[in-house]
Amino acid sequence: MRPAGTFDVSYAEDMAIVRTRLQWILVALVVAFIIALPNFSGLYWLNVIILMGITLIAVFGLHITTGLCGQINLGQSAFMAVGAYTSAILTNALGAEWFLVVLPLAGINAGIVGTIFGAPSLKVKEFYLAMATMAAQFIIVYLLIHSDEFLGTTLFGGPNGLGVPPANIFGFFEFGTDFKMYYLVMALVMIMGLLALNMTRTRVGRAFVAIRDNDLAAEVMGINLFYYKLLSFFIGCFFAGIAGALWAHYFYYIQPEQFTLHNSVWYLGMLVVGGMGSVLGTVFGTVFITLLDALAYNVAPFISAALPYLPQNITYVVGIILFAIVVIVFLIYEPRGLAHRWRIFKASYRLWPYAY
Amino acid sequence: MDMFLQLLVTGIMVGGLYGLVALGLVIVYKSSRVLNLAHGGFLMILSYVAWQFAEPWGLPMWLSIVLVMGIAVVLGYGVERIILRPLTGQPILATIIVTLAMFEALEGIQTLGWAGLTQGYHNFIPSTAIALGPVFIEQHYLWSFVVAIVLFLAFLAFFRYSRHGLAMQIVSEDHQVARSLGIDVRTVFAQTWVIALIIAAIAGILYGALHVIDVENANIGLIKALPVVLLGGLESLPGALVGGIIVGIAEIVGAGYIDPLVGGGSADIIPLTLMLLILLIKPYGLFGWVRIERI
Repeated sequence: MRPAGTFDVSYAEDMAIVRTRLQWILVALVVAFIIALPNFSGLYWLNVIILMGITLIAVFGLHITTGLCGQINLGQSAFMAVGAYTSAILTNALGAEWFLVVLPLAGINAGIVGTIFGAPSLKVKEFYLAMATMAAQFIIVYLLIHSDEFLGTTLFGGPNGLGVPPANIFGFFEFGTDFKMYYLVMALVMIMGLLALNMTRTRVGRAFVAIRDNDLAAEVMGINLFYYKLLSFFIGCFFAGIAGALWAHYFYYIQPEQFTLHNSVWYLGMLVVGGMGSVLGTVFGTVFITLLDALAYNVAPFISAALPYLPQNITYVVGIILFAIVVIVFLIYEPRGLAHRWRIFKASYRLWPYAY
Repeated sequence: MDMFLQLLVTGIMVGGLYGLVALGLVIVYKSSRVLNLAHGGFLMILSYVAWQFAEPWGLPMWLSIVLVMGIAVVLGYGVERIILRPLTGQPILATIIVTLAMFEALEGIQTLGWAGLTQGYHNFIPSTAIALGPVFIEQHYLWSFVVAIVLFLAFLAFFRYSRHGLAMQIVSEDHQVARSLGIDVRTVFAQTWVIALIIAAIAGILYGALHVIDVENANIGLIKALPVVLLGGLESLPGALVGGIIVGIAEIVGAGYIDPLVGGGSADIIPLTLMLLILLIKPYGLFGWVRIERI
């Protein structure tokens, strides 16, 4: 719903993402906040936010595959692993200063692998597709652990993983600290977020939505299912690859066990809590679940102190159970997610003091 | 040749157990079109509960098994009533994510209750092997296979001849027809969940006796049972057993020959690779219903 008195007088205005003066002010404030944040956040929260940014890019990808095109992807974290390993191996071989060249290659490689595992989506959907992508999760991690033994190389590092150099722009600037890494991650979150946002409004995005709503009807309308379903996997996994590359250059160290089914489930949970098919919802969901996890991390020591007979690794337990409860409660009571609540809030703000 | 025979027999024995795990998935899927991805989680948690009764609290094994079944009944009814019933009519994605969230929660509960430690049942099944010509069968395998087959036949008979079982069959065919015949579809959903969790409890105890009781056991609901149900067909009860035995043979024989080359771990991957191939070639499995969609 548009605010009263706001009209479009040109096509440029009709297409604009940011429309009113208030929205421009809000965007400027958000950007200023993001730029200023590391100066007062402290190291712990800075790390939480960097990881949140990386996660957000992966969830944007899931938003395109699952939220827009309706193809379930239970292997997003494995596709991140593909991106992370591509970037790690290439920067180790070429030198870290080629990071900006390697980054898109990591995305493309993850996209290609994703397309291969997404191929069953042509014949099957729903549960069957969930199974195929879940198989991808396990098979990719297995291959990363055992490839060296197959090939007789030391390229992948086996179960011990690989060291990764810090990201570097052609030798001029090195993202060597968390402080610098933060800006790299946030810049990429903005770029990928804009891509995801504009995706909805293109021909491709509309085809995705048509496939999600009813793929047979979409085919009758002349949408090439073969092409668009695989394209949705390619784009979604491209995002995962970018996120994985950032993950590698943020931790300086990767190993196959970092990319578990557990992570993939969390990404889907973030998508659901935020609301399927909305970029803003994806942001809400990711921020909400990340903050929830940080809350669990900070609250757990107190629970441990209060109830000493509980086991030591209570942090993990509190986080995982809170996550499960939140996802289940959202699916039962608000399946359209936080994005829908936000829409309701905005509408009532614009109509206030009237009811409609 | 002896090695092949040995692997083949072990594969069949393991396959029987996989079939039993898969049966729990198929029963729920048939009636309510929910693929319970948390099945392995329930299996794992119930096997820990049985261990808790039998080992630290020192109850006899038969009593622990009975008590665990009681818990499975309550749990199955509760999960269906509280979590799954409100989701009736939601898109399938919702049930996938809800069952995955339950899976996560069950792993959390395991850590809470048993601190992620690996346990084992002692003095439950004797561990000496029985010689059968050139082949040795461990009693664990034999017992789990026999129990799995007996339970399988019992459930097949239940579905074919008993009133409740027939009601479940009708519900799986068509909800509206079932309603017009006076069958309460919701009650049937609850019953299927209860049966599925009882099966999960038994399978969990057998699997725990076969290997160890561990958090990783939860994964057999995903990486073993899903290939089985896919191969057998999501709607077919006998398909679960046939699929289980095929997957068991493929896994044990394949791993027996490939593992020395790659250094282990291929037992987890062979069923999944098989599953991908089935998805590409014959997605509805050997005995599944081919779904014809109309706009």
